[in-house]
Amino acid sequence: MQTEIAVLRFGLGARPGELVAAVGDPRAWLMAQIQGAVPLAGTTALAPVAQIFTELQAAREQRQEMKREAATPTLNITGPALNATTPGPAAAFNPIRATYLPHYRAQVLARAQSAALTTRPFAERLVHFWSNHFAVSADKGTVFGVAGTLENEAIRPHVGGRFVELLTAAEQHPAMIAFLDNEQSVGSHSELALLAARRTAQGSLGIGDKPRREFGINENLAREILELHTLGVNGGYTQRDVTSFAQIITGWSVGGGNGRLAGGTPGSFYFRENLHEPGAKTFLGKTYAEDGQRQGEAVLEDLAHHPATAHFIATKLVRHFVADDPPAAAVDRVARAFLNTGGDLPRVYAALIESPEAWNPRSTKFKTPEDFVFSTLRALDVSPHQPEEMLRSFDLLGQRQYTPGSPAGWPDTSKSWDGSDALMHRVLWASRMAGRYEQGQGPAELAAACLGAYVRPETLTALRRASSASQGLALMLMSPEFQRR
Amino acid sequence: MHCLPTKTTRRRFLVGTGALAASAALPNVLFAHTGGSARLVVVILRGALDGLAAVPPYADPHYAGLHRELAIFAPGVADGALALDGTFGLHPSLAFLHERYLGGELLVFHAVASPYRDRSHFDGQNVLENGLAKPVGVADGWLNRALAALPRGPGRGHERAVAISQNVPLILRGDAPVISKSPQATGDVDDELLTRLADLYSKDDWLAARLSEAMQTDKLAAEGGKPAPYNGVTGVARMAAALMRSDGGPEVAVIEASGWDTHANQGGAQGALAQRLAGLDSSLRALADELGPLWAQTAVLVVTEFGRTAAMNGTRGTDHGTGACAFLAGGAVRGGRVIADWPGLAGTALLDNRDLRPTLDLRSVFKAVLDEHLRIDAKSIASRIFPDSSGARPLKGLLRA
Repeated sequence: MQTEIAVLRFGLGARPGELVAAVGDPRAWLMAQIQGAVPLAGTTALAPVAQIFTELQAAREQRQEMKREAATPTLNITGPALNATTPGPAAAFNPIRATYLPHYRAQVLARAQSAALTTRPFAERLVHFWSNHFAVSADKGTVFGVAGTLENEAIRPHVGGRFVELLTAAEQHPAMIAFLDNEQSVGSHSELALLAARRTAQGSLGIGDKPRREFGINENLAREILELHTLGVNGGYTQRDVTSFAQIITGWSVGGGNGRLAGGTPGSFYFRENLHEPGAKTFLGKTYAEDGQRQGEAVLEDLAHHPATAHFIATKLVRHFVADDPPAAAVDRVARAFLNTGGDLPRVYAALIESPEAWNPRSTKFKTPEDFVFSTLRALDVSPHQPEEMLRSFDLLGQRQYTPGSPAGWPDTSKSWDGSDALMHRVLWASRMAGRYEQGQGPAELAAACLGAYVRPETLTALRRASSASQGLALMLMSPEFQRR
Repeated sequence: MHCLPTKTTRRRFLVGTGALAASAALPNVLFAHTGGSARLVVVILRGALDGLAAVPPYADPHYAGLHRELAIFAPGVADGALALDGTFGLHPSLAFLHERYLGGELLVFHAVASPYRDRSHFDGQNVLENGLAKPVGVADGWLNRALAALPRGPGRGHERAVAISQNVPLILRGDAPVISKSPQATGDVDDELLTRLADLYSKDDWLAARLSEAMQTDKLAAEGGKPAPYNGVTGVARMAAALMRSDGGPEVAVIEASGWDTHANQGGAQGALAQRLAGLDSSLRALADELGPLWAQTAVLVVTEFGRTAAMNGTRGTDHGTGACAFLAGGAVRGGRVIADWPGLAGTALLDNRDLRPTLDLRSVFKAVLDEHLRIDAKSIASRIFPDSSGARPLKGLLRA
């Protein structure tokens, strides 16, 4: 059973032959996967975040140009009324959609291919875990086409490194900065704010001018780093700490822009000195000297080694790999490893693998829709190549990729996925997949190959009695054994 | 499938007297023996709606200065608020709610909050839904515990409530059976496959129960009439109404809507939040249209986990706050009133020098709905459904008796 647990619970479900490959020493099979970066398996080429943001900027400028061209003659002839009622090509052109959709589709396809094909499924699952921990939700239009870039650019290189590196890479990733609104969070004593205040005081505002913008902070990123990425909601911080941390990371922004906001490489992380709130700041009782971008990095360093962070991360890992209600002994073991090693992630994962609770032969974790899709692709030995097929699958099953809807990520408990309607959608999807990919292989034989000792004799009997190979395959995918890990 | 003679009788009676539209005037006791004349829809706005934009307190002297370009002007000017009572207005996107207010079918609550006083969405939503004073402690939701206090439902699985989503949100989780149904059609799943699957699940109570619920719900939806695809922003509301209208259908529905976390570029009378509010307003209108005569015995409770900061932040948005607004709409509601013990927005009045200070516990509203609308006994409400809530006394007179 240990082989099955390694492959089905820690991994992403068995590909043909995978149970055989792991059978010798399941723990060693897991340990061998977790060192170093975890590049995408598969062949889909993806654009980096800076390129996508730059394309978006160009598309926006193109629309401005279209608007100008459309506006000029109309205004001259009939005035603005007609202009308002006849949408020109500019109105039909949505720069976000035009730029982002191809990238989003490619990211979803690449993710599914990688999950279907990887020979390091435990490491791939950890990528998914951290990507969900540092969730960027594509349902915010401005980050729709870059949501998947954080997973590939910040998570994959650091999933086998130290937590502080992973944390820093995630918080400084342009998709995160944009998702949680930090680009234009401005210190009220920053260079830019003081300049604006002087101008206002000098009365350089003309009559009828819009009042100048007042600058201030946005605490979204600071709060979610504390609540969702490090200490956890009961981690002992106050509103004052949130505000102070938000001041500390003013200036953490994305390059590009114009005027006083020009600077940096367009679409890449950029520290805007002129937005940064100057001075020493106190956070969680400790004073951090003014140090520009480094001031925030010093806070991340301390957060990454905080006991509350160790406990919070350990709880989430154990919930993901062991049970919805994480056993305290396993959480303690993993948290201790996290603290003792300074957040050396492979040693944290090793503590998880060494936890006896993780090897309970009863599988209690009901698969999420994406787990169900990925394990199905692996069982059927399918490498997806149509983005549409993947997008439709995730829509149908209620887990559109990269859209958890909130920075908390997708929920990781069975109760969040076990609605009766959700189950009916799984049945529908399973029967469609079975119809498409049934290859004449007996469903009972397939069940034995991809579920091993997980499969019950009565399930094998039911699969053998199915009225068609395709019905048998659908039953296999919907069997209690396949629905849990 | 859910044949309920008493209900049929009632329908016949209403048609027979030609009094469909007047059913609100009929005393509830007439149908009390069915245990189910009242209909309740709970709409959860996830992400923290800015109550100071949705229900602008335009007469408060500090409002415009704090909310700045996100503020909604007083009624009577272009893009101004829709007038309520001289102090508060409704955001101009909320035309349907305003109609219901003028028609005496909308209660507006302001400066309300659950007992939660920190600023995490996720803990805030837990408290809103679990009915406790803290985010953890029970695995079920207060609405489910309320259902458990009612007689069992008429359907085979005795379900009285539906979540309009694939999965069941916390507020509806618990011992009382509930169903879930998303607007996305499940299509035609082969009956034989389902039968064999039910057999495969025979030793797995948990999966067996889900499958059985799903099969019943599909029949219910089919009986509800149109197999229409329920698309877009109003689809969820129309789906809820269609299910509730069907014979033996659920009396309680929960709808969720997200996208209220307006940290940046929130907009004022127009803009991002205005569009969201317009979407909410039109889905409530669709709900009412689709419910038809049932609207008269319906209450729709619209709530969010907390409010947002009184002052605009540095990115033309608002950050997480405390005091919020809430709505109770429907033919069963004694509306046309704003219920608010307004604490004011002066610096000293604000909570932590930043948030609208809450003066009314949301549980006082929830309790009133359970008491006056669903007719749940006071003892269950005070002990089982909302434990440790003696400080939150139920409001009185929110519903038409």
